[in-house]
Formats: sequence, C-alpha cells, structure tokens
Amino acid sequence: MDWVALRLSLELAGLTVLLLLPIGVALGRFLAYREIRGKEILEALVALPLVLPPTVFGYYLLVAFGATSPLGRAWQALFDRPLVFSFEGLLLASLIFNLPFAVQPMQRAFEAIPTDLRAAAACCGMSSWRVLLWIELPLAWPGILTALVLSFAHTLGEFGVVLMVGGAIPGETETIAIAIYDRVQAFDDRAAARMATFLLLFSLATIAVTFFASRRVGRRLG
Amino acid sequence: MKAVSTVSRRVSLISAACPVVALLLRGVPIRAEEVPLVAAAADLRFALAEIAERFTRETGERVGLVFGSSGNIARQIRQGAPFALFLSADEAYVLDLARDGFTRDEGTLYAIGRLVLLVPNGSPLALDGTLEDLARAIRDGRLRRFAIADPAHAPYGKRADEVLRYKGIREAIRPFLVYGENVAQAAQFATSGNAEGGIVAYSLALSPQLQALGGHAPIPAEWHAPLRQRMVRLRGAGPVADRFYGYLQAEPARAIFRRYGFVLPGEPVTE
Repeated sequence: MDWVALRLSLELAGLTVLLLLPIGVALGRFLAYREIRGKEILEALVALPLVLPPTVFGYYLLVAFGATSPLGRAWQALFDRPLVFSFEGLLLASLIFNLPFAVQPMQRAFEAIPTDLRAAAACCGMSSWRVLLWIELPLAWPGILTALVLSFAHTLGEFGVVLMVGGAIPGETETIAIAIYDRVQAFDDRAAARMATFLLLFSLATIAVTFFASRRVGRRLG
Repeated sequence: MKAVSTVSRRVSLISAACPVVALLLRGVPIRAEEVPLVAAAADLRFALAEIAERFTRETGERVGLVFGSSGNIARQIRQGAPFALFLSADEAYVLDLARDGFTRDEGTLYAIGRLVLLVPNGSPLALDGTLEDLARAIRDGRLRRFAIADPAHAPYGKRADEVLRYKGIREAIRPFLVYGENVAQAAQFATSGNAEGGIVAYSLALSPQLQALGGHAPIPAEWHAPLRQRMVRLRGAGPVADRFYGYLQAEPARAIFRRYGFVLPGEPVTE
C-alpha cells in the first residue's frame, strides 16, 4: 500500500470537495433560478468535462497551466515554482474537471424546490441569504451531498487528467490511481491489487453511504 | 440581530476556510528541494531502484524516482517539471534540452542499452534473438499480439521498430503490435499472458520479476542505432542531486548497471 499516494489522493479529494461546495451551491443555484440569455451555453460549459476525453481535457489544462502560458507565468512569478506538476495545479485541475459532478446534482436539487415555497419565504420578509440557509439548503442537501460524494469519488479515480498535468511525482502529484498504474509497470502486482481493492471498497462504501443518507432524508421530508 | 447573525456567519465561514488555506500553503511533505527528484527512462526501473537504495544506505540521503518514457520526461521538463536529474535512454533528448538551456551542461554518457526478445512462459514463440522464428510465427498464425514501446517517444520502441524494419517484417507484424507507453509497460504487456512476446530492454528482462515470467534472447546490437543513454543535471539540481550524479558514475553503481546488462562507456561488449 502506497500511503503517501493515498494520503495525497485523500487530501486532493477533500480539498476539492471543500472548495467545490460554495462554488457548486452558487453556480447550481444560479443555473436553477436565473433566466439569462445563453444559459444553455453556460450549462454546456459546465458539462464539458463529462463528455471530453480526459486526455483532451488534460492537454488543454497543460497548455493553460504551462510555463509559457499567462497563468503559468503569473503563478511562477508569485510563488516561485511552476503550476504544472504541482499539488496546487492538480487541485485547480481537479476543481475544473469535477465541476459537472458538483454543479449538476445541486442544480437539480434547487430546481426541485417549489417556487411558491421560496416566494412565501420572501413574502415573510426573509432575506435571500436566510432563504438559502433556512429553506433551500435543508431541502436541497441530499442533492448537495450526492454532488460532494460524486466529486470526492471521482477525484480519487481520475487518471488521464492527473497524469497529463501532474506528471506522477511521488508525494506531490502521484495519486493512488497513478500509483496503481506505476506498480503494474514495476511488476508489483500484489501492491497494485491491494490498492485497487482498497479503492473499490472505499468507492462502494462512499456511494452506499450517500444512497442511505439521501433515502433517509427523502423519507423524512416526504 | 440580523446584522449580528450575518457577521457571525461570515466569521464562521472564514474560520472554516482557514484550514483550507493552511493546507494549501503547507509545504507538501516530500518537496523537490529536500529530496531531489530523478526522472529516469523506464528501462532503469529495477537497476536505478537498486542504486538509489544503496546510495541511501551509504549516505543517508534520499532521492525520489520517477519513471517514464524519455520523450515524455523531456516534454515534462520543458513544461517546468521540478526534476533535478534526468537519465535518458536516448542521448538526443538530453542534448536537445542542453541546447535549449534547460540543463547545467551536456551531461554524461552513463550506459549503452541492449534489446532482447522477451518470450513469456507458455508462449509458442522460440527464444530466438535472430527473430527468424518470429517471422515464421507471423506467417503460420502462432502470433496474435507482440509488444514494443511506443516508437514515437520511447527510445526502446524506436530501436525495436528499427530492428523489425532491418529484418523486413515491420509491415507484416504491424497488425499484431501493441504499444506500451514506455518500455516497462511494453514488458508488462508482453508477459501479461495476452501476447506471445515483445522486444524490450535487456535491463528489464534481467530483473528477478521478469525472469520469473519468461525468457529472453539478445538481439544483435548491429541491427539498430545504439541506445546511447545520457544523463544530465537540470537547472534546479542541488547538492544531493550532485552527489547522486557522482555516485552513478562510481564503481558500486557501475557494477549494478553491468549486472543489469548495460554496456558501460569505455568498456567492451561482453555477451
């Protein structure tokens, strides 16, 4: 078992989920309630990582983060180290490729809240922040939880993008999925099998917990 | 009342964000500055791991190893990968990087690589380094899959391709070829039970892991351009990388290279 890679994966997935929570709530709510021109284009952009091959996506991120790109140069000037092949670059990539997994379930959850309920809350003089906190979030949280669990599990398993922008550096960008690939190439099948089994059980457990939690919530609210 | 709750909510949000920021700013435990990263061609997977282990045992200093195809590593270096040392399987990548100012100097030749035909246990292929039986196997249908490294960016793949061309079977064998991203993956493909064989690095075939899985026969070195393997220190190399670079050229390391079938610069070929 490669503990360094596992810890790195958990850190990456945990930070991704933490940062995606506010982003997903804001973006999902915006897409659910606001009618703006070009909304379809925005939704398509959010969904893009779902349909784009990870290597294509990784290639564009590599170009966008690279040492010659404006972003890469700015990062280098600010922090004196490159953005690609670093944990921070990987986290940024992870935030982008998890966007559909976070935003879409949250958007559906916000859409499912009856309009008159929100209107009634507004009529009672609740500020939109309070409506969000006391009405919307309690109703939408199964969707939000699903979004977070999906993002977490997806980050643990993502391979193509991580390999492209990460470069498989131990302790920095070598996630558990990459470590499995590396162990296979080192003819260390035992370690690969151990890590693969762990990922399998872990993914199964997280998904099962979400189903369990959202069913209980559904029953309570229903 | 409302104002207070908004403020307290904001405060709690900020305090929730603090550990995130702290985590972001934390130096990742194994940093390039402390433990220099050595990026190496995949044919060195076993030999270099042994050398690095010995280096750590003797000096107490550690290096991190990253393996891949030389072409991919060279590309990553151009994109800013934080490697201190690059051991290429093809010196052209090193010389190109040196020309473009990514390295300290032009580095040094550390080994000449050799190719072998790798035949996994139970394969119908004969252990024949002249590839006569491989050519026959294409014709009589014994061959279904044959693994080499990707010639586009893996030096051992490029040389394997040259060997197949030299034997005049490159076109005939093309439908049977599977390409590994690097030569270690090609060896993994060849011994996975899904291929009848492959052309891989001698250094991999000599590892205990691979010897347990199949046999190998050397392919004549005159059939392909030499695998001149050059290593170089990159711009960010520190004192530990310097010492490891020196260690790689000293006798204990050379003995390990020799044991893994490499021909060392200035030494005659021994079969």
